[in-house]
Amino acid sequence: MSREMIMVENLSKLYKLGEINTGSLSHDLQRVLVRLSGKEDPYRKLAEVNDRKAMPANGYVWSLKDVGFSVNEGEVFGIIGKNGAGKSTLLKLMSKITKPTTGTINVDGRVASLLEVGTGFHPDLSGRENIFLNGAILGMRKQEIKLRFDEIVEFSGIEKYLDTPVKRYSSGMFVRLAFAVAAHLEPEILIIDEVLAVGDAEFQKKCIAKMGDIARQDGRTILFVSHNVSAVKQLCNKAMLLENGMVKALGDVNEVLETYQGNNQDTESGIRSSIPENLPGHFTRWWLSGQSAKGEHTCYTREHFRLNISFQCFEKIRNAEMQFMLRYDDDQVLLHSSSSDFAGQIFDLEPGTHTLSFELALPIRRGHYELETGLWANNRWIDRWISSTKLVVLDTYEGHSRDHSNGILNIRTAFVKKAFQPNAILYEY
Amino acid sequence: MSDITHPRKWRETISARNNIFHLDLKEIWNYRDLLFILVRRDILAVYKQTIFGPLWFFIQPLLTALVYMIVFSRLGKFSTGNIPPTLFYLSGLLIWSYFSECIIRTSTFFKDNTAILSKVYFPRIIIPVSLIITNLVRFFIQGFLFLAIYFYYFFQGVSLVPNAYILLFPLLLLMVMAIGFGGGLIISSLTTKYKDLLHLVSFAIQLLMFLSPVIFPLHQLGDSIYANLIKLNPLTGIIEAFRYGCWGSGYFSWALLGYDAACIMVILFIGIVVFNSVEKNFVDSI
Repeated sequence: MSREMIMVENLSKLYKLGEINTGSLSHDLQRVLVRLSGKEDPYRKLAEVNDRKAMPANGYVWSLKDVGFSVNEGEVFGIIGKNGAGKSTLLKLMSKITKPTTGTINVDGRVASLLEVGTGFHPDLSGRENIFLNGAILGMRKQEIKLRFDEIVEFSGIEKYLDTPVKRYSSGMFVRLAFAVAAHLEPEILIIDEVLAVGDAEFQKKCIAKMGDIARQDGRTILFVSHNVSAVKQLCNKAMLLENGMVKALGDVNEVLETYQGNNQDTESGIRSSIPENLPGHFTRWWLSGQSAKGEHTCYTREHFRLNISFQCFEKIRNAEMQFMLRYDDDQVLLHSSSSDFAGQIFDLEPGTHTLSFELALPIRRGHYELETGLWANNRWIDRWISSTKLVVLDTYEGHSRDHSNGILNIRTAFVKKAFQPNAILYEY
Repeated sequence: MSDITHPRKWRETISARNNIFHLDLKEIWNYRDLLFILVRRDILAVYKQTIFGPLWFFIQPLLTALVYMIVFSRLGKFSTGNIPPTLFYLSGLLIWSYFSECIIRTSTFFKDNTAILSKVYFPRIIIPVSLIITNLVRFFIQGFLFLAIYFYYFFQGVSLVPNAYILLFPLLLLMVMAIGFGGGLIISSLTTKYKDLLHLVSFAIQLLMFLSPVIFPLHQLGDSIYANLIKLNPLTGIIEAFRYGCWGSGYFSWALLGYDAACIMVILFIGIVVFNSVEKNFVDSI
């Protein structure tokens, strides 16, 4: 049975925002007086939950508030959350760089953390010297480092530059070396933050594979913080979602990732806000169905599903044409489709409730999209409706996790590399 | 799991609690390789990109002694007794510059190492310890210079009679190390919060030198208020004892040395307490 290697309870960290050390002497004195009289620190009570949008009135903020979780031996535990959610603070506390305000962290083993590229490297020293320096900083003895030296060099792939000062290294070489040292240290607990973002794709793969080995074969424990959600999904068994310094979701990695993506999802069903009067019929609700539909209004990118729209008809409508539109960023039309497209149908509707469906797949990035439906008949709109519920597209994390900043389309591409042959070009003349 | 019935024994617990009287010598020992690397790095840094390299270790004190000789001995007519002024100043400077270097280097160590301290954990105290040791190397190099000049005058026929008190030297050195370390810890800890102090330090150390017997023998001042003020300086007894051991003249008192030791213990203790209370949270204030 696996045992707990890390147990975190009620962990909180208070930060003072704004200009550092302004008026802190008076605050300090006040605090000392209050503490001497045995009361609670007045500034702690005032502190607010860490919300990026609102600047707290008093300048004190909880960067982490009552965070608790435990990680077992051999587990890879993912920590995700937006910028400023408290991930870095948590790692700083766990790596003993700064102290918690309240709560405890229990660890059962040596902790090595890789918080930033090239920390603990000295620019003027050579790669070789830096391996020893970095190892020593991470708490290794010289003998241990010597034993693993060749392995570290081989993994990092910097043999040629071993005696070059690291200030001449590229950032990619830096990460390789840093990761290689940390990964070969054999700490019982390894903390890794975002470092993979710097390396090239091949090295990222290598790192992820190495981390998997560390956890599965050696039974060591890894805490992994990353924006690369597909790496988290691939590596981690359990995960935690942080939001505004608090635990939003904790448990199985897939469930946590779903919560992360669908954070702002509306839960109400797709019902319109007002029903137009004096119409022969109108839309009432919409929902998704099919194997890949994740919920009533959620689907996965690139996977087939059925979009169903309910239409209530009061009088017979002839020559009707069903249309829908998807928008993002409020006004950009992404897709406009009609039942008459692709040699489709123009149909008649009898009074009663009808379900009008489209089958489709959306090769678009994860996000929230606005759905507008319309029924067109006899040269006029019977009903046009913009649903107050958004259609949510989730990522499957098969590739790199990306959002709208990387373009709207999410299309699978295949890469081919051919060797460059300069001679061939020369002799063409 | 059995945790509920048997409270789990963790290897390490991180919490808000903080034992400010604690000096974890075992942890420092575990990190001795890091200590060694840091010392080596700092010493090599002196050689690199300078023309004279390690010669600077000699040039600095020699020039200072020369300046003192001109200003205090020739112009100011301060007597150094029957001891040649150069030798006299070098003996005082040897101890004093070690002390002041320790204080000045240590006082900025949080600031100088922010990048690494805010990214990785290792016992923070390793850095001030490494600075004390690095300066020790410099101290010994300057010690050789002192010895060379000592023997030069010795064979010139100047009356220099070393005596058994020279055996106190290791103890005296240990005392200077302790006060440099303790004082440096106090100042470095306070500067993390109140940065104005940094500007004061080197100035204050210079002033303090005039409250020490570096530039004149204590016994020549008799029992004046100034002499008593100088005796309050915990380095006074150490410098005087060192000189007494070297050439058998000057002011030596066990009482003064005892007072110095007590002062140093207090400074060292306060240093560790203050250091422990800022060490764990200083990252938040930079």
